[in-house]
Amino acid sequence: MSKIGVFICHCGENISATVDVERVAREIGGMEGVAHAIDYKYMCSDPGQTFIKEAVKKYDLDGVVVGACSPRMHEPTFRRACAEAGLNPYLCEMANLREHCSWVHEKGEETTEKAIDLVKMLVEKVKKNNPLESIKVPVTKRALVIGGGIAGIQASLDIANTGHKVILIERDPSIGGHMSQLSETFPTLDCSQCILTPRMVEVAQHPNIKLYTYAELESLEGFIGNFTAKIRLKAKSVNYSTCTGCGACIQKCPVKKIPSEFNAGLGTRTAIYVPFPQAVPNKPVIDRVNCNYYKRGACKICEKTCQVGSIEWDKEDEIISEEVGAVVLATGFDVKGTDFFPEYGYGKYKDVLTGLQFERLASASGPTFGEIRRPSDGAIPKKIVFIACAGSRDPAKGIPYCSKICCMYTAKHAMLYQHKVHDGESTVFYMDIRAGGKNYEEFVRRAIEEDTVNYVRGRVARVYEKNGKLIVKGVDTLLGGEQVEIEADMVVLATAGVANCGSEQLAQKLHVSYDPYHFFAEAHPKLKPVETNTAGIFLAGACQAPKDIPETVGMASGAAVKVAALFSNNELVREPIIAVVNRLAPPLYSTCVGCFMCETACPYNAIEHEEIKARDGSLIRTIARVNSGLCQGCGTCVAFCRSKSIDIQGYTNEQVYAEVMSLLND
Amino acid sequence: MEHKGKITDLQSHTGVEVMRCYQCGKCTAGCVLATDMNFPPSYVMRLLQTGTKENYIKILGSNSIWLCLNCENCLGRCPMEIDIPKMMDYLRTQAIKENILHPDSKPIISFHRSFLDSIKYTGRLYELGLIAEFKARTFRVTQDLTIAPAMFLKGKLHLLPEKIKDRMTMKRIFAKTIENVKTENK
Amino acid sequence: MKIGFYPGCSLTGSSREYNESVVAIAKVLDIELTEINDWNCCGATAAHSMNEELSMSLPARIMAMAEKQGLTEVVVPCAACYNRLKVTQHDLKDETKRKRVSEILQLPYDGSIEIINVLQMLEKYGAENIKAKVTQPFAHKVACYYGCLLVRPHSILQFDRVEDPQSMDELIKVVGGTTIDWAFKTECCGGGFSVSRTDLVAKLSGNILEDAADRGAEALIVACPMCQSNLDMRRGAINKVIERPSDIPVIYITQAIGLALGIDAKELGLKRHFVTVEL
Repeated sequence: MSKIGVFICHCGENISATVDVERVAREIGGMEGVAHAIDYKYMCSDPGQTFIKEAVKKYDLDGVVVGACSPRMHEPTFRRACAEAGLNPYLCEMANLREHCSWVHEKGEETTEKAIDLVKMLVEKVKKNNPLESIKVPVTKRALVIGGGIAGIQASLDIANTGHKVILIERDPSIGGHMSQLSETFPTLDCSQCILTPRMVEVAQHPNIKLYTYAELESLEGFIGNFTAKIRLKAKSVNYSTCTGCGACIQKCPVKKIPSEFNAGLGTRTAIYVPFPQAVPNKPVIDRVNCNYYKRGACKICEKTCQVGSIEWDKEDEIISEEVGAVVLATGFDVKGTDFFPEYGYGKYKDVLTGLQFERLASASGPTFGEIRRPSDGAIPKKIVFIACAGSRDPAKGIPYCSKICCMYTAKHAMLYQHKVHDGESTVFYMDIRAGGKNYEEFVRRAIEEDTVNYVRGRVARVYEKNGKLIVKGVDTLLGGEQVEIEADMVVLATAGVANCGSEQLAQKLHVSYDPYHFFAEAHPKLKPVETNTAGIFLAGACQAPKDIPETVGMASGAAVKVAALFSNNELVREPIIAVVNRLAPPLYSTCVGCFMCETACPYNAIEHEEIKARDGSLIRTIARVNSGLCQGCGTCVAFCRSKSIDIQGYTNEQVYAEVMSLLND
Repeated sequence: MEHKGKITDLQSHTGVEVMRCYQCGKCTAGCVLATDMNFPPSYVMRLLQTGTKENYIKILGSNSIWLCLNCENCLGRCPMEIDIPKMMDYLRTQAIKENILHPDSKPIISFHRSFLDSIKYTGRLYELGLIAEFKARTFRVTQDLTIAPAMFLKGKLHLLPEKIKDRMTMKRIFAKTIENVKTENK
Repeated sequence: MKIGFYPGCSLTGSSREYNESVVAIAKVLDIELTEINDWNCCGATAAHSMNEELSMSLPARIMAMAEKQGLTEVVVPCAACYNRLKVTQHDLKDETKRKRVSEILQLPYDGSIEIINVLQMLEKYGAENIKAKVTQPFAHKVACYYGCLLVRPHSILQFDRVEDPQSMDELIKVVGGTTIDWAFKTECCGGGFSVSRTDLVAKLSGNILEDAADRGAEALIVACPMCQSNLDMRRGAINKVIERPSDIPVIYITQAIGLALGIDAKELGLKRHFVTVEL
């Protein structure tokens, strides 16, 4: 016979105003197996908890039910109290009399009856509860950071500075990401490279960071604290241990007309190349798609030029394996091109640029050394038009969301243009100015008031070329819809920021969720912004949604702290609410028949094959086993199991059945 | 709340949800006749969004709905894919129904009526008849005095109308659609 | 190649040269055109400006007649008719509308007919096949003007690109011509305002003509009788409002191809234009 203690909370008046709590305690007290039932004004308070602790000892309780608020709120509180009194915490359950009852119903007989039912269900359940032990898993104190932009750089440095090892992998030949492409940054106009490149060097020199550039994640297996990452080191065709980075090979390479990714297509590079002069590492790779030798089997000029014999023609991609305890995703974003806009010329006008291309023009390290010049003829544009929301907030052709950074960088572009071309005229077509941020609004006002940027509220219907000019047909909606036509020399489209290419595949490799736009999904939009819903995998920067540099850096540091907190433990303690496959005495061993439907159903790859062997080592049967580190307790396998061999601990079929039957038996 | 009902009617007839418009003005920016209109298309959208009776009547009585050529540039470029041309068709029929007509609508309606009259009896357009009727309706006797003879000389005008055989169906189509509405009105 | 044919009212009257050129090139290309029996007017702009049910019933009768005749594919050279037929076909996918229209027509209509424009017909016929029959390459630099009704609404017509379409340009290149890249390919000429608001037509058509002339086009190539008549017959009014009066001719794509196929200018109706054609 069970000895259950029941404790009904008034929650001030939150529950007692609509539920007759005394009656609940009285009626439950009469239930079979209930040894003690009381009500109290604040059960969560210190005196309230003391009631529970004392009752556990006095009545030698083997189960506790607290009828109070949501378990989300106070389950840990009451379970801790039980544990302190010597009762296994998993023998304590909560009936939610507040959110599920008093808050949503009128005062009355029926409300009290519902409260009684809710408690009764939990009493029946707790009779079937088993003591459970929390799960402990070891932690590999080494982090994997994917993506070497400012988010990945910041996260890596922060983790490394807590004394833990970091493996940073970057898809491109150099770290730096989009930030290395930017000219000056809003709202302070400090040079992007000047603040970024010291960090890049720090990453390369940090004793706790192992950097793999030109590398991509091949696969990730395991679970929080215990991941195995397979990393593909793409063949660079250059031996970095001997290469001195002298650059002679680059100068001699005959393939010179490849559009430079770093310059967003506005400049060119060679087939053996370093993306930009400040690259880290500052050593070249050979782009095999464009190299004459790989294309036609002849050339090898770089090999002849190289004094130290570093060219490795036959080098192949290499797959390495690394054990890590946590992963930070920092893969950034991509910028839509100008080509998807029919009305802005399908990308056919050379002087219609993306914002990123304008950054390269304005950058001292860019193809024009910081002079604003037209790609078509090299002339300095005297009239320039910036079009905001080019693709953003455009469900028809682009994306419905706001890309967030464009208002600010467009103001910055117009400002930089005015600073560089004193007699120039700049116009910004905008819909709304979204300048929420420290000193952001002031920055935009400065562009308008001091730098005489002409802001026109309205969108542009079309852009076409005539006599070397770009005719921009816009509108001023603040003048009641007056059409505005500008003969511009250059047009800059604030094209949308979108998820990076390949993010969907990467998310699938890592088993993290992504949103409809293929940005990685955070675990909670407010309270868990850097966590994913896969334990041990964290997010930093624009791979989660478009964001600016300060926000990205903040998020990266946040992710780093989460990793450091994880690494502060030698072992991880997890709730034991996971699936288990039953085990029985021989000769049955288990009711599991080894069909492995559960394996196909499990979204977390938590089902393993367990071989049951006889003493002589011969195989008797293969049954399913749940990896307690990977299992998230979702219960999908339970629904799939045809022989009813899997149960979720704490929510077994038997427990849930008992709850339901308590209602039906009335 | 008569005016709110008008917006609901508009939506049920055309599928246009006026609240989807966020006033970017791209329709107006690209409208070939915006400068000739009392209110350019984005302004019409805003008037509808206010939901007031005064503004609804303002739209019906404007020349905007009559000058819209249904060229559909606005729809092709609208980020919210709002079918302004379809909405204009609807507003035109409403303006006729309510008899709130801008003077600019007169020649346009006269032309449409002449056109429809011409095909109603014969099934096919009789261009000479159309021009004659249009002139009679608008008293523009001298308009295109040089063009018509030139057309005739180049073999572009028939003196007599072409008639289809199944004129009964044509008669029925007109009786059950446009004329049906007219009688309801009366 | 066999195909159904809906000429529409304009092609029997003010735009008969379009009809003549379609028929002439069809003959040379061995395309057999079967005219829809006892067809009626599509209702054009007038019908949908005045009454929605009327605007659907008129095209529906045309398509019902074609179905009755056993046609499966119909070419509609007039862009306005093409547009009305396609849009009606789309609108009548709605069950209630279709029921109402069948009630009015008292004719079976199932909406199965493939409606194509003249450019699609020629594309279907095949660029190589046309090229093989070219005897006098159309060696001219021209501006292809598509107007509104061939390309919009894109979601329904699904023809070519919505801005800067290319299909007509491709055909001109096939018969030996060159085309200019210009800005008014799909801007409206004033459409149905030819008679009621000639002033607006002159303004809009003027913009189109000026841009084509500025960029050195020898002629405008069109596939719509309304565009052609606005740009050609209204030239007097246009030239009064534009800065540099222009005498560049406006011809149909079928006339341009006809010339390349060696068909006589008169047979193609090139003598019927107001602006003299000397190509």
